[in-house]
Amino acid sequence: MELTALAFYLFAIVSICSAIFVTLSRHPVHSVLWLILAFLSSAGLFVLLGAEFLAMLLIIIYVGAVAVLFLFVVMMLNVDFAALKADMAKFLPIGLLMGIVILIELGLVFGDWKFANNSLDLRVAITPPLHEVHNTEALGLLIYDEFIYLFQASGLILLVAMIGAIVLTMRHRKGIKRQNVMEQMSRDPSTAMELKDVKSGQGL
Amino acid sequence: MITLEHYLTVASVIFVVGIFGIFLNRKNVIVILMSIELMLLAVNINFVAFSSFLGDLVGQVFSLFILTVAAAEAAIGLAILVCFFRVRGTIAVEEINSMKG
Repeated sequence: MELTALAFYLFAIVSICSAIFVTLSRHPVHSVLWLILAFLSSAGLFVLLGAEFLAMLLIIIYVGAVAVLFLFVVMMLNVDFAALKADMAKFLPIGLLMGIVILIELGLVFGDWKFANNSLDLRVAITPPLHEVHNTEALGLLIYDEFIYLFQASGLILLVAMIGAIVLTMRHRKGIKRQNVMEQMSRDPSTAMELKDVKSGQGL
Repeated sequence: MITLEHYLTVASVIFVVGIFGIFLNRKNVIVILMSIELMLLAVNINFVAFSSFLGDLVGQVFSLFILTVAAAEAAIGLAILVCFFRVRGTIAVEEINSMKG
C-alpha cells in the first residue's frame, strides 16, 4: 500500500474513532480532549488533500482557541456530569436508529453520484499549479481580491461574537470596590481635602 | 488510490456521529455544542475534498468562512451556557423551557 493511502486510512480511522469517543465519554473534559484529537487528524486529512493553510488554521483555531474555550467552560462550571449522563442509555436506541437511517440516506446519495459533464467548466477559481503558486498564497490572492467583502463580513461576525460574549458574561457584583473614572475626575480639592491648622506640640 | 468517495465517506460518518452525539447527550449542552463542531468539521472535509478533486479553490475559501462562523458560534453558545448556569445552577437542556414567547 502506498504511503498516502496508509496516511489517509490512519487519519480517517483516528478521526472517526475520536469523534465517536467525543459523544460517548463519561466526562466532558475527556470529550474535549477527544475533540482535539479529531481536529488534529482532520488537519492531517486536509494536508493530504493539499489544503495546508486550512489544516494549519484548523489547528490554530480549533485546537488553540475553541477547544481551550470548551475546557475553560467545562472546568469553570461546577456541574454534576454523572447525573446528566444517567439516562444516556434511554436515548441510545433512537440515536442509533437516526444515525443508521441518515447514514443509509447518505450512502444512497454517494452510491450513485457523478460529476456533471460541464463541471470542470463551471469552476470559479481554478487552483494554480503548485510549483507556481502555493496553497496559502493562492488562497490569499483569492480572499483579498475576489472575496474581500465576504472576508470583511466574517471579520464583522467575529467582532459581533466577541462583543456578544462579553456582554452576555460580564456582571457587576454588588459590594465590590470598582474604579469609577467619572467620579474620580469630578472630585475637587475643596470637598476631598480638609486642611487643619495644627499647633506644634498638640495632636488633633 | 484514494478517491473523492473515500473522503466523502469519512465526512458523512463524522457528520452522522455528530447527529448521534446530539441525540445521545440530550441533557448536556456542552457535548451538544461539541457535536455541532464535529458536524461543521464534516462539512469542511466535504468542501475541501471537492475543492481538491475539482481543482477549484472556492471550496477552501468557503471552508474558511465556515471556520469563522463556527468559532463565533462556539463563543456565543458557551457565553449563553455560562449565563444560564449562573441563573439556574444547571446546564440540563430540558429545563430551558421557561422562556416562552
